[in-house]
Amino acid sequence: MITSDILIIGAGPTGLFAVFEAGLLKMKCHLIDALPQPGGQLTELYPKKPIFDIPGFPSINAGELVDNLMEQIKQFQPGFTLGETAQTLTKLEDGSFEVITNKGTVHRAKAVAIAGGLGTFEPRKPTIENIADYEEKGVEYFIKEPEHFRNKKVVIAGGGDSALDWSIFLSNIASEVTLIHRRNEFRGALDSVEKVQVLKDQGKIRLVTPAEVTGIKGEGKVTAITIEKDGETSDIETDYFIPLFGLTPKLGDLANWGLNIEKNAIVVNNALDYQTNIPGVYAVGDINTYPGKLKLILCGFHEATLMCQSVYNMLNPGKKYVLKYTTVSGVDGFDGSRKEAEKAVVKKID
Amino acid sequence: MSLDINLKITDRNGDTHEVVAPTDMSMNLMEVIRSYELAEEGTIGVCGGMAMCASCQVYVVEGSEKLVEMGDEEDAMLSEAFHVQDNSRLGCQIHITEEINGLEVAIAPYP
Repeated sequence: MITSDILIIGAGPTGLFAVFEAGLLKMKCHLIDALPQPGGQLTELYPKKPIFDIPGFPSINAGELVDNLMEQIKQFQPGFTLGETAQTLTKLEDGSFEVITNKGTVHRAKAVAIAGGLGTFEPRKPTIENIADYEEKGVEYFIKEPEHFRNKKVVIAGGGDSALDWSIFLSNIASEVTLIHRRNEFRGALDSVEKVQVLKDQGKIRLVTPAEVTGIKGEGKVTAITIEKDGETSDIETDYFIPLFGLTPKLGDLANWGLNIEKNAIVVNNALDYQTNIPGVYAVGDINTYPGKLKLILCGFHEATLMCQSVYNMLNPGKKYVLKYTTVSGVDGFDGSRKEAEKAVVKKID
Repeated sequence: MSLDINLKITDRNGDTHEVVAPTDMSMNLMEVIRSYELAEEGTIGVCGGMAMCASCQVYVVEGSEKLVEMGDEEDAMLSEAFHVQDNSRLGCQIHITEEINGLEVAIAPYP
């Protein structure tokens, strides 16, 4: 069981910065994220794109901002549960919360801050009528264990980096790799496109373009897929069908936690502290909504700060505290480190 | 003063809306759809307008000749998107300029 003062769901910029603000108030944080790395959309969608509206940074690449935030919060030793999604939220008798992930990891915390951005990133599923019937019966949206595909026939669909990279990787493991894409052109790293070209020429990858997978066949398990190419349909025998069309964010399990939800966002009491209708559960950043809401990273930072102050007051009723400035007070890390402004020298000049 | 333009946008329920959009706010069609709330928040412009999610896909019903040609990023995204037709474009890549006055589009299903 993992315990913390604030359990933050979502390790995007808002969630990461909350660790810093909580740390100043001596509260320890743990973060859960569905993606295997911190940073949320910034890392997953646009790490190389510049952001121009972070105060004090005329331009900063999204990936660099995440790196900086990680560096900034390091001293507060946050814990991470990555590659897992928060599935259930339960309020315990003592007022604390228990959150269990899809992999069964149990987290307990005195407060929960949902900083889930646009939601959990889930694979975009192609619109093939019976595809749901074959999920985990030959249809896989993620490749978790490549060995699974050893000496098997695999069909991959998609035209981006992941389709290219996995085709290359599995060409050494699977008995047969077929890559299907709607266009002749692929969008990916030049190196990957060139590698697929070589493997195709060597007969290690069968490329079928421009074509589309339109159906799946098999009794209880995938045995073939139907494709449409040049207006004609045909079947390709296969053990696995792996559609790799990128990820799309979905609100997911959060929607079942009893939170007030409007327009795919969690309604919060913005005037005070971004608390939801469940006391002790907060929502900050892109995932919340209130009159005047702006989905901006800088607003997420502000919301995270107010949220932390509110959690502090909730956990320490009556305990006196006034907001302190880091320039004046410095920053005491949980790792024993201390950062502070250099003291001015008072010395007589002769 | 720059002009406003008129657009016809059919939402995902099939209702057509005649809207006015400013040409001086560097908006794109996805943002116009959001500003008029013609598609539910969270189901349009999900990536913010970077041609990375296709949630703002539209079918151009009338006026395709007014549009500037598709860029590489838009073309590549549409090659991976669903429900794509010959007249598909990404709303986030259509800039609101005087040239596209009278454009008619229908919003494609999500996702």
